[in-house]
Amino acid sequence: MSANKAARVGEEIWKGRIDKVNAELVTLTYGTIVAQLCKDFEADYVEVNKQLDRMGYNIGLRLIEDYLAKSNTMRRCSNFRETADMIAKVGFKIFLNITPTVTNWTSDSKQFSLVFEENPLADFVELPDDGRAQDELWYSNIFCGVLRGALEMVQMQVEAHFISDVLRGNDTTEMRVSLIRYIDDELPPEDD
Amino acid sequence: MSFDQPMPPFNASDPSASFLSTSCLDFLMIELVPMTYRVAHELDASSPESSLVETNGNSGGGAAAGGDVSSVVATATGTAGSRRLDEDEERDAVFFRLEGLGYRVGLGLVERFSRDRPRFNDTLDAIKFVCKDLWMLVFKKQVDNLKTNHRGVYVLTDNAFRPLSRMSTDPGGRAVLRAQPFLWFPCGVVRGALAAMGIAATVQAETSELPGAVFQIKTTPLKQ
Repeated sequence: MSANKAARVGEEIWKGRIDKVNAELVTLTYGTIVAQLCKDFEADYVEVNKQLDRMGYNIGLRLIEDYLAKSNTMRRCSNFRETADMIAKVGFKIFLNITPTVTNWTSDSKQFSLVFEENPLADFVELPDDGRAQDELWYSNIFCGVLRGALEMVQMQVEAHFISDVLRGNDTTEMRVSLIRYIDDELPPEDD
Repeated sequence: MSFDQPMPPFNASDPSASFLSTSCLDFLMIELVPMTYRVAHELDASSPESSLVETNGNSGGGAAAGGDVSSVVATATGTAGSRRLDEDEERDAVFFRLEGLGYRVGLGLVERFSRDRPRFNDTLDAIKFVCKDLWMLVFKKQVDNLKTNHRGVYVLTDNAFRPLSRMSTDPGGRAVLRAQPFLWFPCGVVRGALAAMGIAATVQAETSELPGAVFQIKTTPLKQ
């Protein structure tokens, strides 16, 4: 599916097939979770990032079903570039009504960036003003886990991490996604 | 974007409201529970006093409940592992966290979504706001039944409580027991919402048959 077509499909699904909830409710809930984690782990932001990623991973494992059911694309992506477009233009669109930009591909087509112009999770958010959160906390780290979990369920092992965030004072919010390998279907030995 | 189609009826007065897929909220509220169990265990494992308790022997020991019933909640979340907390302590720790999270969300929600409406006349008015507007916003329907003894106790019955609506009800799977922790965050939301409207209350929720849920609100009378 071409990038343009993916964008059209995403828009169509968002308009017609998605049950919607007020965005501020989700923003508030997520913000409360992050704030509580920061408090629980006494501002050990590395640990907070880890918890958010793990939460995302578990969500991703489930979310893929929802994605496949709603997107109704009963076909594998033919390559990782197509996967990237589908993530940005269909995946993010139908869950969060945003379309991050896919960019900065490496020449081997195994690594790209998602640049977020908008991010509903981060609306109204300020990081703690303790001089460390700006350097250590990745507020939206749950996204990395979601991508990792969801793609693992469709035979792709990826690594994802943020490299910049406007909440930290950077100019952009950018996530780096790398394909590690395609996971072979592994059948139980006695089951051939 | 949000102008393109008629949006859900809640908060219709706010034309700038933006929307996300309901799945986002569902996923967060589901995953909140196992995460809280995880965090409670990790914090417990790293706190010095609890390791002290363990060296005293984790059988018999201090707290009220014995070890024999402690498997119930652990199986409910599937995060067993090496546990130091006994069942009651674990339940309390997780309840405290989830309820607290909900409380903050409830506070924020009322602040935000009761902004443009007239002042609440009395407690019943506030409770009705919870049953209608707040429930609609968070759980996408209204409460089915509201009862009160007119002495500060309110009982809210939702026959199809959204967070429980897709849970497995496998007989013998102790579904009701396993669903219990998923009511703690909503409890906090209700208590927080009431607090934001100036009403101190305790809120308890239980389910006897999925996907129904009953919330009991006991308001604390203001000291004269």
